[in-house]
Amino acid sequence: MPAHVTPSLPERIATILAALIALAVAAPVISIIMLAIAPADELWPHLIAYVLPQAFRDTALLLIGVGVVALIAGAGTAWLVSLHDFHGRALMLWLLPLPLAIPTYLAAYVYVDLFEPLGLVHTLLMQWLPAADAVELLPRMRSLPGAVGIIGLVLYPYVYLSARTMFQLQSAEFTEAARVLGASRWTVFRRVSLPMARPALAVGLALVSLETLNDIGASEYLGVRTLTVAIFTTWLNRGSLSGAAQLSVFMLVIVALLIVIERRGRRDAEMSSESPRLTPRTPLHGWGNALALIGCGVPVLLGFALPLSYLARQSFRRGLFTQGDAMLWRDAWHSFLFAAIATIVALLLGLIVLLAQRWRRTAWTTLSASVAQTGYALPGLVLALGLLTPVLAIDGALNTIAAWLGRASPGLVMVGSGAAVVIAYVIRFLAVPTGFIKAGFDRIPVDYDDSARSVGASRLRTLRRVQLPLLRPALLGAVIVVFVDCLKELPATLLLRPLNVDTLATSIYQYASRGSFEDGAAAALLIVAASIPPVVWLTRFADMPRGPD
Amino acid sequence: MSPSRTLAASLFLLAATASAFAADEVNVYTYRETKLMQPLFDAFSKASGIKVNVISASSGLEQRIKAEGANSPADVLLTVDIGRIDDAVQAGISQPLKSDVLEKAVPAQYRDPAGHWAGISMRARVFYVSKERVKQDAITYDELADPKWKGKICIRSGQHIYNNALFAAYVAKHGEAKAEEWLKGLKANLAQKPSGGDRETARDVAAGKCDIGIGNTYYWALMNDKDADKKPWADATRVVLPTFVGGGTHVNLSGVLLTKHAPNKANGIKLIEWLAGDTAQQIYADANYEYPVKAGIAINPTIASFGKLNPDPLSIAQIAASRKAASALVDKVGFDN
Repeated sequence: MPAHVTPSLPERIATILAALIALAVAAPVISIIMLAIAPADELWPHLIAYVLPQAFRDTALLLIGVGVVALIAGAGTAWLVSLHDFHGRALMLWLLPLPLAIPTYLAAYVYVDLFEPLGLVHTLLMQWLPAADAVELLPRMRSLPGAVGIIGLVLYPYVYLSARTMFQLQSAEFTEAARVLGASRWTVFRRVSLPMARPALAVGLALVSLETLNDIGASEYLGVRTLTVAIFTTWLNRGSLSGAAQLSVFMLVIVALLIVIERRGRRDAEMSSESPRLTPRTPLHGWGNALALIGCGVPVLLGFALPLSYLARQSFRRGLFTQGDAMLWRDAWHSFLFAAIATIVALLLGLIVLLAQRWRRTAWTTLSASVAQTGYALPGLVLALGLLTPVLAIDGALNTIAAWLGRASPGLVMVGSGAAVVIAYVIRFLAVPTGFIKAGFDRIPVDYDDSARSVGASRLRTLRRVQLPLLRPALLGAVIVVFVDCLKELPATLLLRPLNVDTLATSIYQYASRGSFEDGAAAALLIVAASIPPVVWLTRFADMPRGPD
Repeated sequence: MSPSRTLAASLFLLAATASAFAADEVNVYTYRETKLMQPLFDAFSKASGIKVNVISASSGLEQRIKAEGANSPADVLLTVDIGRIDDAVQAGISQPLKSDVLEKAVPAQYRDPAGHWAGISMRARVFYVSKERVKQDAITYDELADPKWKGKICIRSGQHIYNNALFAAYVAKHGEAKAEEWLKGLKANLAQKPSGGDRETARDVAAGKCDIGIGNTYYWALMNDKDADKKPWADATRVVLPTFVGGGTHVNLSGVLLTKHAPNKANGIKLIEWLAGDTAQQIYADANYEYPVKAGIAINPTIASFGKLNPDPLSIAQIAASRKAASALVDKVGFDN
């Protein structure tokens, strides 16, 4: 569209809203930067000499390792279910995203308990071997490789869900052309499907990396000293909030750089097709079917079924449900409420930000879209700390206005109502819908918009009739991820929730910090249970309608 | 009603219940999990008619109270270690409390001379040793650096608040140079990279990975009394109350303080004084397996079976002042690497 055309009303509104959303997301980041400005002179020589080398090494190895595991499990399974038909595919469709419902720290506890000496696996091995020999066979869970495996296996669904969108939208002509030219199925995957899925894989991998950086519980427990662990040590043991803020900003800059580099590299790789005809799914039989089932089954088994059955066993052994814990259901309701509201809001805001950019690609809208995604780059607790100041400034202002009007003080409205928790979720997870929808938009040629416009369709009508239907897989993927992420979010919920309000995640945490996380198994099961209906329901709609051929 | 309406209405209800504070209430921010504190709060409410509203978190409560400022609903802050008490006082969110009840109940060593905080229960940081492989009865903290324990010690991260306080006590006693030597020696004796929690150290000892695990008293008692799955770990170990050479056993405090802008100040004081009273102290001893700070309260039999506790005389303020140095030393000797 030529630049001199006057923007329409929806375009203007979207631009303004996008800027406001970016501003809201930037607020906690700015308040962390303000904290970081205070001097922490003696700290940095110490960090550089003793902390950062190890922290960088552990962080880099953890991120690379987790990325590789998530990529293999996530992209591999997405390719299998998106482009193939096999017996058991329908079941796999809704099982594959579910490891998302297992919080990383909980997975760490479960794996350590199962595989460490005296655990279930050791006990089984001792049926055939002397105890000492059996110990030798056990994998060392509390180690960097252990952390890579455990975290990778519960986080791969981020890659799976974003890659699935992409594989489905891939136009048939490329793959068919490659097949006609004599390429094997594997070559097509490696040389055509995978490169075309790169934007989506990048989104999924970015989410996996940032979620890994957010983790503190699993890393500390498994003995991995990441940058995030260093931030918390600096804050809590060194009593240096400013030092911790400086480290956080430092980490934010690295994350931003990585994202910029990745985008640069991707610029040349974008392809979209003129043809809307989607790749038909290849039916698999016999061995092919068996291999596909195993390929999908292993990640589901390790990332979901194993931790789930462990939690179920603990719940029954400990009589957690029969004891009847009324609080549990109240906690579940809070979790659901916060997560549902935050998901709806995040999805709307993500769509607005990207529409503003799609409709009018200006420096402002592009900046807004980038800023809107920064919330995810801060660890949850740092984000929550950063949110305290702006959110409570609003509360302070409300109280001042009330006093000025001669009304009684309303108290802390934002924090007291739980709005602060929802705001934290939205800011933290906005990168998910933004990333997913962006990847979805990238697959829709701008020509479509222009053709719709040229026959007189308005912006909003084009959105409703053309874009939203094509974005459906991306939107549904985002809903699953955000909703489940909110359900298991811990650090921001802990710090920002109102008095007397617990969620399932904070309830599990309370048991875990007493050293008996098994007593929180019932709450953990409820997180999983709450995640299943949206996943099942949404996967029913997640298959793109086959193309109009 | 449409789903969005229902959600909006529910959120409003949530807001209404959260902000409808009646007169006879007290608001507690706690680092000690609500589930563990609930029996105490219930007993307090029953005795006083005052409703207790609670929020618990693992870190950052001082920052929240500070940001809430004069509007903060917080009356009382409860912590599980001396580090957080120190942070709270440094953040300027406490107010001094002059109370005869507290002065009578809590020994001077365990409260702030200016009245900004008081300890209400204690736990000792002790050794879980292998029944089979360790015959020695008296073991000192200093001895952990002795090469005779090479490859025989298990411990969680040196930066964990409980270890941070233990190491800070060593720094306060012997200075940084000696503490560095000691930490190096201890590091050299570790059977594995520091990881897991206190429970895992007991498990590692039981599994034969190491002979001495370092952990808090109540974790062992919980494994022994309350968790059939973990009972074998407790059974394979015994608890030794270690001492510093020429000193006593390192204890850490659960502390309490009255916030600067406490809106229900009178109720806050009532709760704090009640926590130092006989009923609450007995609950701390029995339900939480901690040492009561008040003299004359019966210690739980499992905890008592460890032997008579002789707490180290070092003041809490001295330990708190050495926390940073201890944390820096842990980095310097690469304790967690």
